[in-house]
Amino acid sequence: MATQVVMPKLSPTMEEGQLSRWLKKEGDKVSMGEPLAEIDTDKATMEMQALSNGVLRKILINEGESAPLGQPIAIIGEADEDISQLLKSAQAPKPEKAAAASLPESDAAPAAESRRSKDEPETTKAAASAISEDGRKRKEAPAGDRVLVSPIAARMAADSGISLSTLQGSGPSGRIVKRDVEEAISGKGKQAVPRLRVVAPLRTAGKPVVFAPSAYRDEPLSEMRRTIARRLITSLGPIPHFFLTTEIDMERAADLRRSLNEIDPELKVSINDVIIKVAAATLIQHPQVNASFQDKTVRYYEHADIAVAVATESGLITPVIRSADLKSLSEIAIETRELVTRARARKLKPEEYTAGTFSISNLGMFGIDEFTAVINPPEGAILAVGAMTPKPVVRDNQIVIRQTMRVTMSCDHRVVDGAIGAEFLQTFKKILENPLYLFV
Amino acid sequence: MAQLTMRDALNQALSEELARDENVFLMGEEVAEYQGAYKVTRGLLERFGAKRVIDTPITELGFAGLGIGAAMAGLRPIVEFMTFNFSILATDQIINSAAKMLYMSGGQFKIPIVFRGPGGSAYQVSSQHSQALESWFAYFPGLKVVMPSTPADAKGLLKSSIRDDDPVIFIEQERMYGMKGEVPEDADFTIPLGVADIKREGSEATIIARSLMVPIALQAADELEKQGISCEVIDPRTIRPLDIDTIVESVKKTNRVVIAEESHPFCSVGAEIAAQIAERAFDYLDAPARRVSGADVPMPYAKNLEKLAIPGVEQLVAAVREVSYL
Repeated sequence: MATQVVMPKLSPTMEEGQLSRWLKKEGDKVSMGEPLAEIDTDKATMEMQALSNGVLRKILINEGESAPLGQPIAIIGEADEDISQLLKSAQAPKPEKAAAASLPESDAAPAAESRRSKDEPETTKAAASAISEDGRKRKEAPAGDRVLVSPIAARMAADSGISLSTLQGSGPSGRIVKRDVEEAISGKGKQAVPRLRVVAPLRTAGKPVVFAPSAYRDEPLSEMRRTIARRLITSLGPIPHFFLTTEIDMERAADLRRSLNEIDPELKVSINDVIIKVAAATLIQHPQVNASFQDKTVRYYEHADIAVAVATESGLITPVIRSADLKSLSEIAIETRELVTRARARKLKPEEYTAGTFSISNLGMFGIDEFTAVINPPEGAILAVGAMTPKPVVRDNQIVIRQTMRVTMSCDHRVVDGAIGAEFLQTFKKILENPLYLFV
Repeated sequence: MAQLTMRDALNQALSEELARDENVFLMGEEVAEYQGAYKVTRGLLERFGAKRVIDTPITELGFAGLGIGAAMAGLRPIVEFMTFNFSILATDQIINSAAKMLYMSGGQFKIPIVFRGPGGSAYQVSSQHSQALESWFAYFPGLKVVMPSTPADAKGLLKSSIRDDDPVIFIEQERMYGMKGEVPEDADFTIPLGVADIKREGSEATIIARSLMVPIALQAADELEKQGISCEVIDPRTIRPLDIDTIVESVKKTNRVVIAEESHPFCSVGAEIAAQIAERAFDYLDAPARRVSGADVPMPYAKNLEKLAIPGVEQLVAAVREVSYL
């Protein structure tokens, strides 16, 4: 059965794609999953794969030409099949309809075809349904707006004053079951004391393998939070920013980095890697900052997915270190280096540069002492990092020379209030000035 | 207590009740001279004589009606069906006369009769001889339905059935006649009708099983315990009247329930129990009640298919894990 290959949606903001290079020519055999062409999107150059087996019968757009999403760009079929009907329909495309047949908004799968054959597996559809609009994975696809809950779980939640909307169901279709309420009840005490307890979370057996965005819970806005949001949104742009600056003594952090690289020069840990690690540890201690403002809820993330601003020739991009709180310094160093290299080569996949929970922008290498950064929505905060420089400071009534660094955090006031942000920076500074906290 | 087979425990109950009350008598195909197709009536002809242990012709409708008439006249007949598959021929008498006579006579005629015999699956006796008919009889007001799962229960429940003033359908399981167990020897040992038995206590899931499914449910509970799930196994023992209170109490404790039965699923006793649980314990359920029933097909003759048509330990374990969201 011959099928049309349509321009796929390869990035969340893509509206059209430019055909950079055909990797197959007319008459070539193609099989499912094989790269068919390279497409330039607004963000990156990406490979598109064939979704069916057959022969590339007809190429409909040339290299260098652009096509809107959903427009047929090629036809794949059997070698001797009659494709005149498909050719005709390709020449009179209905863009909206064709676009609807392509992958949903959020899907990151790098290819799409308008399906002709009903018996092909619907794997892409299934994969797409588990991902919500902002590209984050939910624990379960919810059943519309209805909260599914087992009768006993509903009773137990009511008896213990737990709002069902704060729970993630672990049963079929996200049904909240007894176990979920029991966990919420036993977890209640834990949330009350988040202080300096677990800086470096215990790593359970084996290495954390984290490629997926962090899970989260949505908490309904309180009346006060709603008012704060309503009032502040009228302040500075659509996101009410405020800024907090602090100066950090970087002697010990610099020592730590130097010692690590002496032990193993291959590690190549940078001061920015240390900052990422410390920021992640601090976010876990201050979950109110690891949050984003949603329409009717404040979303709190379980892990720190840290977006790192990278300047490239074509502009700014923010690759994300997933669950940096679970990763070691060396893992962060390797991953960051690898992501930055690919960012500069425009080879990042959309899921690698979207859906962070917190951003870090470092202009220290440009000699900037301090600056303010603009929040990367929907994140609740961004940290602007200045250069680390030796400065005279007062220690024990003596003027001494210390490596210092100034950081400025921009906070979304709808989520993070001043004191919350200040407490975050306090912990951040404390750990960075005494990096041994990372190991207690 | 003596270790007895189910067969001998039933024989003891019959023998004790024949001795206890001279109005009790036994009839059926091959019950006297041949001593019963499954030897449940062994030695009874010799002990009680041909007036009280009577061989009948192969006429189920006829001798069922005869028994009901005798019960109306004041005797306490025990009618054996060689298997309950043959009771299908007698259902007009059982349903239209035995079940309704007390009501239709304005309370003038009690029908103290027991219809007993093996039911359910045996070994490769195929579609017409492997039927679990309890939901048929339980459907009609006026009949009591009893299904024992151990030799002791068999003895105690049969004695109560014989002493009961209403018609009782007493279904034994053909595969279980050789099953052994401790049986009280006391001639006054009875088990009241309408009282369920908790065969095993547990806290995380309830398995409701009757007859042949009880030993299978207990094996499943052993396996599940190894997997960290504590199961309660409840045997209602009497299908009608049903001891729903014991079941509801257990479900309130465990919040999860699996109903095991050898019969077909549609309109089964399990369906009735699931409905009553939904009505009476809805607020306590963490998952819908799950039935594990015999296959919805006539019983196959082929050994491998026959095995697949009857619920086993694996299906029960899987069902309990399912309602536990594991």
